Amino acid sequence: MKRPAGLAWLRGRSAVIGVPYAWLLVFFLLPFLVVAKISVSEMETTTISDIVTWKDGAIAFNVKFGNYLLLLSDDLYFKTYVSSLKYAAVTTLLCLVIGYPFAYFMARTRRTVQPALLMLVMLPFWTSFLLRVYAWKALLTEHGLIADAIEAVGFDRLLAAAGLIPGPGQLMNTPFSLVLGMTYTYLPFMILPLYSNLAKMDLRLLEAASDLGATAWTAFWTVTVPLSRAGIIAGTMLVFIPCVGEYVIPELLGGPQTQMIGRTLWDEFFSNNDWPMACSVAVAMILLVIVPIAVFSRYQAEATERAT
Amino acid sequence: MSAEAFLQIRHLVKEFEGHPAVDNVSIDIAKGEVFALLGSSGCGKTTLLRMLAGFETPTSGSVVLDGRNLAGLPPYERPMNMMFQSYALFPHLTVADNIAFGLRRDGMPAAEIGVRVEAMLKLVQLGGYAKRKPHQLSGGQQQRVALARSLAKKPQLLLLDEPLGALDRKLREETQIELANIVHDVGVTCVMVTHDQEEAMTMASRIAVMSAGRFLQVGAPAEIYETPSSRFVADFIGNVNLMEGSVVEDEAGHVVVDCGDCKHWIGHGITGTLGMKVTVALRPEKIRIGREPPADGSGAAPPAPFNRVRGKVKDLAYFGSFTVYHLLLAGGRVLKVSQSNSERGGGTALTWNDEAWASWAPLSPVVLTQ
Repeated sequence: MKRPAGLAWLRGRSAVIGVPYAWLLVFFLLPFLVVAKISVSEMETTTISDIVTWKDGAIAFNVKFGNYLLLLSDDLYFKTYVSSLKYAAVTTLLCLVIGYPFAYFMARTRRTVQPALLMLVMLPFWTSFLLRVYAWKALLTEHGLIADAIEAVGFDRLLAAAGLIPGPGQLMNTPFSLVLGMTYTYLPFMILPLYSNLAKMDLRLLEAASDLGATAWTAFWTVTVPLSRAGIIAGTMLVFIPCVGEYVIPELLGGPQTQMIGRTLWDEFFSNNDWPMACSVAVAMILLVIVPIAVFSRYQAEATERAT
Repeated sequence: MSAEAFLQIRHLVKEFEGHPAVDNVSIDIAKGEVFALLGSSGCGKTTLLRMLAGFETPTSGSVVLDGRNLAGLPPYERPMNMMFQSYALFPHLTVADNIAFGLRRDGMPAAEIGVRVEAMLKLVQLGGYAKRKPHQLSGGQQQRVALARSLAKKPQLLLLDEPLGALDRKLREETQIELANIVHDVGVTCVMVTHDQEEAMTMASRIAVMSAGRFLQVGAPAEIYETPSSRFVADFIGNVNLMEGSVVEDEAGHVVVDCGDCKHWIGHGITGTLGMKVTVALRPEKIRIGREPPADGSGAAPPAPFNRVRGKVKDLAYFGSFTVYHLLLAGGRVLKVSQSNSERGGGTALTWNDEAWASWAPLSPVVLTQ
């Protein structure tokens, strides 16, 4: 095929590649820079000061790092970050433990049944997310349907003993209700990538494993799980990242024990009206989530490099 | 059938929804034998192999390996290993780990595994490739890893599912002989499945031609080729001219079959009766072709009008080492004749629309009654 004269072909290609970059620039990088800028600005009652000013022929930089120093010195913020990471991690783990068998079953069941199961997984998305979280409030409150069931089997005593609820019968606004709500909400985000990964797997590999002496259980751990690693990573990211910054679910289902970073952000913005502080909290949160992911993907890339 | 055969398959049946895929197959396979199941797709050969491996449960019948009935044994407990058609190499494991997979399942000590893997890599001539991943290897190398993996556990029985099916033609020819040598050197008893007759003939000591779940003929490659027992086998293996006719002379030493334009004088007796309808099979390479009629009594050709026919070259296909002529006979029949091009630019080369004589020896045709 003959390329069009000059660099016209390059322009066409750049345009195609440029679209996602432009998208990221406009909707991710620019807002992030705005947030970062505010985080180092002064709050002047209703407006935010500029960080670079021009006055009497002199450029003045007014960059304030006090907010970040406060983040480091006030252990309230530190504790909130840790608790956000903790609840996000627990939720991710639960989603993985529940979602993997579910996705596995879905991928291995008859082809004719698979679309129906997929539908069931996605069905909750058709109802408002807020409505579903509110529904949990009704289910977990005293004499709620689920609350009664949990108390009937004595599961609440177990939860109380584990310190997840303050005492038997008190299910709402506890770490338990928070994790339950987040696991429920984010489970489909774990199941879908796992399902698409597991459904693609070449089942002859399992026959080969069996032929070479592996029982079904061994074959699962030595073949299926390692091969579904990409799905596990995708699902974990999709659940963990939004969970860290989750605001609505902790607000509705969480309690005084379960302060998460989203709530702190909201308080700084709307209760304290301290936008620079709120922005510092947000920037710190982004770094907190992005840095481990960047390190991980770099490690991944190196591992792939070494293999080739 | 002897009772002490190494692998005994008895009345094996596999039905899928009432439809027999394998229909009452019995065979004895001796230790060290390379046995090929040959047939077109859907003939049941793969189902039979999968029953041996334990992936399919027979509807009825039994498989006994070295005196041990395999009924009910799951694949992972069977003392046999399979080389899969698509190789089924584990993509997340290196070549060495692929080969070691089965040994690890047996709990072999790590040091021993290392030695065995090394030996296997050497056997298939992949010495420097231990650390590679399967996707970094060529098709031929992957095939050899698959072979090494299936031999690593020193199985009593090696199962090969279309071992060369995924390779291109040139590579297949080279690999065929290499594979045959390795299997022979290791001395493992082997059952292979193939739809490729060349593959079966070069590798196997015995071939079973399968159709519709049954064995049509079992024998050494030459036996199957030279003396097929039925029209199907004659037609399936190699090229053949099949001619319908009836027995017009039936003596102890010879028979004559009249097929209209071709009258065959066949130099051996048959079990049949005068007037019986039969099919005569004649391989293209067993027919001589030339411009002149064959001299009476020359070579082994019987006197006129037997085993000779005149026709016009309707088509010819030049294959390099040999040429295939399609000779149009007066009655409208087309006779396929192949002639090896042993001389370069032979002056007698026939071309389109040339008149030519075809002739064949008394022992060349095979009389088929089914």
